[in-house]
Amino acid sequence: MSNLKPETGSFFQRDRDWHPPALTPWYKTSVLRSPQKALISMDNTISEITGPRFGHNIIGELDNDLVHNFAKPGESAIGERIIVYGRVIDERGKGVANTLVEFWQANAGGRYRHKKDQYFAPLDPNFGGCGRTITDENGFYTFRTIKPGPYPWPNGVNDWRPSHIHFSIFGDGFVQRLITQMYFEGDPLIWKCPIIRTIPDRAAIERLVAPLDMEATIPMDARAYKFDIVLRGRRSTFFENRKEGN
Amino acid sequence: MVQDLGRIKETPSQTAGPYVHIGLTPNFCGIGGVYSADLGTSMVNDRTRGERITVKSRVIDGSGTPLRDALVEIWQADADGFYNSPAEMRGSGDPNFAGWGRCPADMDTGEFVFQTIKPGRVPFRDGRLMAPHITFWIVARGINIGLHTRMYFGDEEKANAEDPVLQRIEHKVRVPTLIAPREGNVYTFDIHLQGDRETVFFDI
Ligand SMILES: [Fe+3]
Repeated sequence: MSNLKPETGSFFQRDRDWHPPALTPWYKTSVLRSPQKALISMDNTISEITGPRFGHNIIGELDNDLVHNFAKPGESAIGERIIVYGRVIDERGKGVANTLVEFWQANAGGRYRHKKDQYFAPLDPNFGGCGRTITDENGFYTFRTIKPGPYPWPNGVNDWRPSHIHFSIFGDGFVQRLITQMYFEGDPLIWKCPIIRTIPDRAAIERLVAPLDMEATIPMDARAYKFDIVLRGRRSTFFENRKEGN
Repeated sequence: MVQDLGRIKETPSQTAGPYVHIGLTPNFCGIGGVYSADLGTSMVNDRTRGERITVKSRVIDGSGTPLRDALVEIWQADADGFYNSPAEMRGSGDPNFAGWGRCPADMDTGEFVFQTIKPGRVPFRDGRLMAPHITFWIVARGINIGLHTRMYFGDEEKANAEDPVLQRIEHKVRVPTLIAPREGNVYTFDIHLQGDRETVFFDI
């Protein structure tokens, strides 16, 4: 299925009841950072249906290999080796081709390489924690990393984040821009996490939990988790309303 | 029963968290050697067409404190009002201007600085021209879903007055929250998340 002509329809309206609301007091930082007035609704203009494009030429050979992209030559990051793969599609089920996917995470002990992270767990000298890739013509992406550890964070006195990987995705129009997090099948911390509980619908939360995929696992090397990402879909432009006679 | 529409719901958003820099601007937070440069840090080169401007911005919380861990991306047309995007069907954008920028807040002051060009006017859905504007997208710890807004230019009074998007804002008293005053070549756009001066955000 090729798609020679770029699509220019406006995007489906975002279902704001499916996403987390701005104000979620149990996630304390949201209290002073949540807009209180109603959003102004409007159909997309050219400013929204367009968006930036990134060429495959920006991607370096190790950009999608977090086990090695910060490691000294001949060394590798410590932790459970995993592959994360999946497909970026839109709400119509169409693959989103050639789109930039960026990801970041803590190391195997749950520590970020960031001056603001003061957790006791040690830094791994061979792990940076960032990676990126561009989807292929059908929307598929893949990367290699180590499974991040859970970590405590100051919210309640004993709140822990489950193991997770942060994702940033572009799509074709700037209003498809999305940041989210991927969790791991079977983690008991998922259902206790205040950040995950900002999402009101259990079915929506389950969409962020990646299953173990033994068929994609590389024997004697790395287990695999599948994480599909869905971006907003576009309306058809066949019968756009425009002034008669134009 | 009827046929299935075959729609799949969008992946739900989660906060970018306090360590968004690791993923999106690793060089900025001291993770060097993975990418040669952070994406979106330079928007113009010598051959970019248009008037050079600086946009300075802050994102301010409900206590009046600037966020020092936020990240902002901007998206804008070129000097002639064309976007550098495959979905731009009216013509082609300036090859020396991608139109997209990304900037983390200064970790001490919370300030964002974009060196860019003033965009041209882009038509609204019905063909009327919109006033020049820059789209802003804001993410941070404590923001559960990225916020969309627009910056308009303080020295474009006539164009702003006829802008179909600004006209659509019922409470006219809120329109100035989207208009950045100009001083020399610098536009200052402070974004307020809450309070009397809460910036207009769009569901778009
Ligand atoms: Fe995290």
